Amino acid sequence: MGFNIYDFTEMTHNMHLWFLERMSPAMTTVVEWTIIGVCYLLFIALFGLFLVYAERKVCAAFQQRLGPTRVGYWGLLQTIADFLKLLMKELIMPKSADKFLYNLAPFIVMIATFMAIAVLPFGKGLQTMDFDIGIFYVTAVSSIGVIGILIAGWSSNNKYSLIGAMRSGAQILSYELSVSLSLVTMIIFAGTMQLSGIVEGQRDAWFLFKGHIPALIAFVIFLIAGTAETNRGPFDLAEAESELTAGFHTEYSGIKFAFFFLAEYINMFIVAAMATTVFLGGWMPLHFGSLESFNHVMDFIPPLVWFFIKVCGVIFLIMWFKWTFPRLRVDQILTLEWKYLLPINLINILLMCLVVLTKFHL
Amino acid sequence: MTLSDIMFYLFAGSILTFSVLTVTSRRILRSAVYLLFVLVSTAGIYFMLNYNFLAAVQLTVYAGGIIVLIIFSILLTSHVSEKAVVAPLSQQIYSALAVAAGAVLTLMTIFRFGFTATTVQQGDATVQTVGRALVSYGKDGFALPFEVISVLLLAAMVGAIVLARKEKKVSDVATPTTSNRDNTSKS
Repeated sequence: MGFNIYDFTEMTHNMHLWFLERMSPAMTTVVEWTIIGVCYLLFIALFGLFLVYAERKVCAAFQQRLGPTRVGYWGLLQTIADFLKLLMKELIMPKSADKFLYNLAPFIVMIATFMAIAVLPFGKGLQTMDFDIGIFYVTAVSSIGVIGILIAGWSSNNKYSLIGAMRSGAQILSYELSVSLSLVTMIIFAGTMQLSGIVEGQRDAWFLFKGHIPALIAFVIFLIAGTAETNRGPFDLAEAESELTAGFHTEYSGIKFAFFFLAEYINMFIVAAMATTVFLGGWMPLHFGSLESFNHVMDFIPPLVWFFIKVCGVIFLIMWFKWTFPRLRVDQILTLEWKYLLPINLINILLMCLVVLTKFHL
Repeated sequence: MTLSDIMFYLFAGSILTFSVLTVTSRRILRSAVYLLFVLVSTAGIYFMLNYNFLAAVQLTVYAGGIIVLIIFSILLTSHVSEKAVVAPLSQQIYSALAVAAGAVLTLMTIFRFGFTATTVQQGDATVQTVGRALVSYGKDGFALPFEVISVLLLAAMVGAIVLARKEKKVSDVATPTTSNRDNTSKS
């Protein structure tokens, strides 16, 4: 079984054959599903912990503090310790809550996150499902997550939760438009919705450079709207702690709270990964047209590393937003979406159509 | 039984179970959530049929759109402790009879119909095909229905905005009172 860090196609294919030799096709499918599921679970848990740690360090850096330093070297074990504490906490059930829905809500949020992460191309040959409707599928699936938030807010039977859920619902529904439209702009440019096809189309240059002005506008809009869709600061008024204690997850404790918390961070990863895949070339190395030697040097860095460098860069940007801008009011958030982002987006789509029709791109 | 058979029975079973639960649950938000499960299972069947586009549309429009709107209106209007009143026995019996009659009629129709295996070539349902069909105006094109539906949606949207908009009071426009002036200075 050859292990090639630049191309996983052969490795996964060999693994598939290896399983087929030893068991029936149905059993193979089940075993492969289990392996993939466990991989995603591990990835979500570990990367979620890493993101929490990164957020605390980034926040500390912006506020000229050190952040966690005591547990482990550089405080690296801090989030693991926090997570263990969360696991051991008592699960408190509000007395007059709707128990079934109260318990269901964290799972809906988590399932939506899982479904969205399943189609992301991490590297060459490292993609679980490659739908021809890739981008559409991601937007479709991530629209289910908001249902979990709404149910959580309502079933907790707490006025803060309810207000938080309403705010978050209104916000996510509005910003979904901008996310989808900025992705539509790039679909027009790429000519396909398939995520692997989009990555392949950026072999010579990233779409952000290829599509110049309209792509840049779409990228900025996608970052703003994506940040808003993950309920993060400066758009975090759904859980504005100074007004609503903790918004929709006020009544949740222990592992159920951890689910919401983890889902929020993984959603941030999904937004960053989508931005990477659609605008920044996915796992493709950075290439400049005729600089042969430069391109070869870039090719030495494995695709998986490229993908995570780009994703972490975008995540750092999103964290930068949170710790720089003050929180917006409800009406400001809705004005920003409906009066600025949406019209700009629609004009941008026309502009992109013009660019594609006149072939005025790299 | 192959894996896809198992998946089909799983989806079909969950559609049936949650459909029944949707109409029998006495808590309104639970009904909405059961309906969500029904719609997501239907999307699952579309995925099994390899019609990914329709499945994603089902998820976006029904699960992400309509169910969210239903939940929103429930959030605005009802409280967690509210339960639907149990209907009187006579009503229950009558509706049970009506449901049974409907079920018998449907089952009779299904069992009498001689199903034959399809001989039609399996259609090509990629996004490109769907997209081209949607905007082409020749044979097999859906440009006209597409446009008609968009006009209908636009009309519905304008209607909703007109209904929801606050009417300007006549007195505000004609004679600005002191309180009105205060408001403007604040804003």
